[in-house]
Formats: sequence, C-alpha cells, structure tokens
Amino acid sequence: MAMAVSMSVPRMMALGRAEFTLLGRNKMALYVALLMPVMMVWAMRRAIGEIDLSKAGISANEVALTGAFGYILLFAVYQHLVSAYVARREELVLKRLRTGETSDAEILTGTALPAVAVALAQCALLVVAGVLWLDLRAVARPDLMAIGLLLGLAMSIALAAVTTSWAKTVQGSQLVTSPLMLISVAGSGLMVPLEAMPGPMADVCSVLPLTPVIQLVRGGWLGGMSAHEAGGAIITGIAWTIVASYGARRWFRWEPRR
Amino acid sequence: MDIGDSVIDVSGLRRRYGPAGDKGFEAVRDVSFTVARGELFALLGTNGAGKTSTVELLEGLAKPTAGEVRVLGHDPYAERSAVRPRIGVMLQEGGFPADLTVTETVRMWAGCTTGARPVTEALELVDLLGRKNVRIKQLSGGERRRLDLALALLGRPEVLFLDEPTTGLDPEARHNTWDLVRRLRAEGTTVLLTTHYLEEAESLADHLAIMREGRIVTSGTPETVIGSYPARIRFAMPVGWFVGDLPPLAELGVVRHEEDRGRIELQTHELQRTLTGLLLWARDKDVELEGLDARTASLEEAFLAIAGANPAGGPAESGAGLAGAGLGMDSVAGRNA
Repeated sequence: MAMAVSMSVPRMMALGRAEFTLLGRNKMALYVALLMPVMMVWAMRRAIGEIDLSKAGISANEVALTGAFGYILLFAVYQHLVSAYVARREELVLKRLRTGETSDAEILTGTALPAVAVALAQCALLVVAGVLWLDLRAVARPDLMAIGLLLGLAMSIALAAVTTSWAKTVQGSQLVTSPLMLISVAGSGLMVPLEAMPGPMADVCSVLPLTPVIQLVRGGWLGGMSAHEAGGAIITGIAWTIVASYGARRWFRWEPRR
Repeated sequence: MDIGDSVIDVSGLRRRYGPAGDKGFEAVRDVSFTVARGELFALLGTNGAGKTSTVELLEGLAKPTAGEVRVLGHDPYAERSAVRPRIGVMLQEGGFPADLTVTETVRMWAGCTTGARPVTEALELVDLLGRKNVRIKQLSGGERRRLDLALALLGRPEVLFLDEPTTGLDPEARHNTWDLVRRLRAEGTTVLLTTHYLEEAESLADHLAIMREGRIVTSGTPETVIGSYPARIRFAMPVGWFVGDLPPLAELGVVRHEEDRGRIELQTHELQRTLTGLLLWARDKDVELEGLDARTASLEEAFLAIAGANPAGGPAESGAGLAGAGLGMDSVAGRNA
C-alpha cells in the first residue's frame, strides 16, 4: 500500500503540473476559474442586501462571504473541470493516458489538482479578506470548515466527472453544467440562507449536494452549529460524494463517442 | 502455460460491440496466436479487419468478450499494474494536450512512467530534439506519430505495441522508424505491430498474420506466407505467334495463364524451371519475348489475394472462400500502389 501511494503521488503531480501549465495558457479557463467567483460574489452581495435576514440572525456580509465558497467550488472546480475533462477526452489525451501506468482515479485526480489548488487559494484569501476588512469574526471551528471544504472539493470533482458524459464538446460543457449551477446558487444557501426560507422549501434545499458544504463552512466560520447539525450535514455531504463517485465510475467516458 | 519463451499468448479471443444478436457487431472472432520473446510480429489486414480491436485487448484497454490473453504471463486487463510498467503502447490515434510543448508532454509522461529515459534521450530516439519547444498543435501529423513513439519507448519496455506506427510519415521518417524498431528488436524488445504497409511487414516481421473480418486467415513467416503464392512471368509474343505455340504449359510447371491483347502472364510455383523452359523455347524458335518480366510473389500479392481484391490469385484453399467478398480494399491498395 505504501509503495502504491509512493508511486501514485508523483504520477498525479506530473499530470497536475501539465494541467497547471495548460490552465495558464487558456484565457477562457482562467477567466472562469479566477474571475467568475469574484464577480458572482460582488454581484450577489448587492442582491443579498435586499433580503430580509432578521429571522436568520446573520448579516449580509456573512452570507456573501460564506456563500462565496460555493461559487468557488462551482466555477473554479466544477465548471472548470467539466471543460478540462471534456477537452482532454476529445483530444484523445485520456485514452492515451490510460495506456500507461496511471490508474483511472489517478488520471482524474491529477487533472483536478490545479483546480483544487486555485480553489484552496481563493478560499484562504476570502477568509483573510473577510476577517481583516469586512469585520467578520475569526473562524470559530476550523475543523468544520475544513471538513466542509474537503467534502465540497471531492464532491465537485466527482460531479464534474459525471457531468462530462452529457457534453460532446468543450462549448457544450457550458450548457450541461448549468442545471447544477443554477440549482446550487438558488437553493444551497449561496444567496439565501436556508434559515430565511419557508420551512418546506428549506427541507428540500437541505438535501441538495452543495447545501451541506455551505452549512459546514458557514457554521465553521461563524460558529453556533450544533454537533447534531454538523453530523447531519457531514452525512449528507458524504452520501452525495459517494453517489457522484459511483456515477463517475459508471458513466465517465474515456474517449469520444464515434 | 509456457511463459518461458512466449511473451504474448492469445487463444480463442473474441470481442463484441453492442448488444447480442444482429444489432451488435463481433469485431474479433476466435483469434489465437503467440509471440515469442524478442520476436517482431505483424498483424495485417484491411480497414475494419479487427486489428486495432485485437491490439486493444492485448494492451488491456478492454476486456475480451471471450477467450484469453496473456502478456508476460499476466492478464493485461485484470492485472494492469503488473503488465503496464513492462509494456509500451502507441495507439493508432492517441492524443496530447494541444497547448503543451513537446518537452512538457514528454516530461508529463515521464512522471507517469517507471524508470523513464531522460527527456532528451527520448526525443533523440525519434529525431524530435529540434522541435522540443514547439507546441503540440503546431506539429505535423508525422511529428505527432514520432512523439507518440517516443512516449511508447520512454519506459524501455520489454514489449512494444505499435498500432500503425508509420502511417502519415514521409518516406525518410518511415525508414528511420524502421531502423529504430530493428534496433529495439536487436536489443531484445518484443514488438507487435499492425500496419497498412506491406513492405513494412515484409522487411521487419519475423512472423505475421493476416486478418480478415475478425479472423486470422493466414499466418507464418513472411517467406512461408509469400511462398504459397505463385511467381509470375509476363511477356508479349510477336505478331503471328500465339499462346498455343508455346510448349505444353503444364510440362513447364505453369499452374495458370492469362492472355490479354498479346500480353501473356504465366503463374508458376517453380519459377526457375518454367523460365528456363520458356527461354530455351524462345531461343530455339528465335522468338523475341518483349517486355519479359519474371518475379516471385510479394507479400502485397499474397495480401490482395487473401483480402479478396484479386480472388483468382491465391491457392485454392484460401482463395476460394475469399473470392468476391467485396472487401473495402481502397485504402490498402491505394497506399501501396
């Protein structure tokens, strides 16, 4: 096992390094991964100001900055990776890689490494900016925030892999990502916290994939999350990650459809 | 199983695409062969004969529908991690990220390969060192094939799978690739190669098999495969002379003859005896055989006969069943014309 891991990590790093170079050379991908989350947060901050948050007991800045983790996962990881996987598949890179020593999981993970690095850097910047300039409190439960973020990363990678099976081209990948993106923005607490929603609607939204991630990040940063709530969110998040990973194993295509 | 000297063992191999019944398609139908260590084995066939479908099973990219594959004593699909570090693969159509440079691509691949050669050495092998900083999207088709070959060779493989390695190469690059493959074979590498170019198989292969509609229809050394096909003698008779004036053809060893507007073609398995008889007759009668041309069969003739474009050409047992099959011979015949 230790030997398998010691071989596995350099392989994923080699793929990640190449993918990082490619990200740097692709203006559209850079725009999606770096600018879109910032623009979405900025745009949403104004909309959130209009929402009545008195019932939720949370400020507009707090909603915007914790919800921003969701935009980062959606744009820098999910959207970016669907495009990257589809591009590599259509270029026959994935097929070629599969003839080598690299395992399927290593290929998908290695390709995702730059997206993960970009997302982690953006999240770190977000926390620093929030605490230093926007009067948010220091992170109350870093452990919950870390669990939420890691679950969000794993889930976004797996969901991206599943989503690629509906896209034939890189352009098409913009289209097939929109359902999850729209549902998540509207229902996973990125804009409107579940506490500010009517009861039945909040119940439905609480089982959406990104909802437990945002809840854990928000509870981790702002505090006040009970062990019961945290446990429920972690279980929902793990369940989605497992379902998405299974779907990826089942439906991911390694070469273009002829 | 005899693992000692056979490196690739294939028996009863089948591969089916799609559902059972008429809707599916069986691309590989009961294929068996073995490749010994250090040997170069060529798989020939028209487009759609099942070569690539077969090779993909040997590479472990897909699971056979039925039958067994052993590469270096292991199942290449189920025991991928035991086989992959010891083999090198060049797909018929593999890809590289368009925006990486040649060096970056080799470096990425080296990071995924046990005991990889240095980047410079790998690029020198295929004569691409001068293009090392060029982006993949700016490479020609032939340069991409050579880069693909460099990656297949990166881990100094014991077994090399080359699916049409020289398609798209100019004649010089093709000969360089042949020299490289010969050198690797001399160093002990076992090579399985598919090709459209019959001269490639004829000059490189120790053994070859010709596939048609998913089956191996002929196999053996190039000499034995060619040897079962007759040699040809062609000439024209002067005005006033006819085929009937020749000595009895059967006594000369002629197995078949054709006449077309004064041009005569004789087919024989005993070229020297037939030719001697013909020439002695011509001297005797003082007849000039215009455009006299005598040649042993080539692999191309054997191939065309087997694949069905020239139904009358081959020996009865393989020629008969294949005649008039109407196979798409266009690309093979065209490229080798």
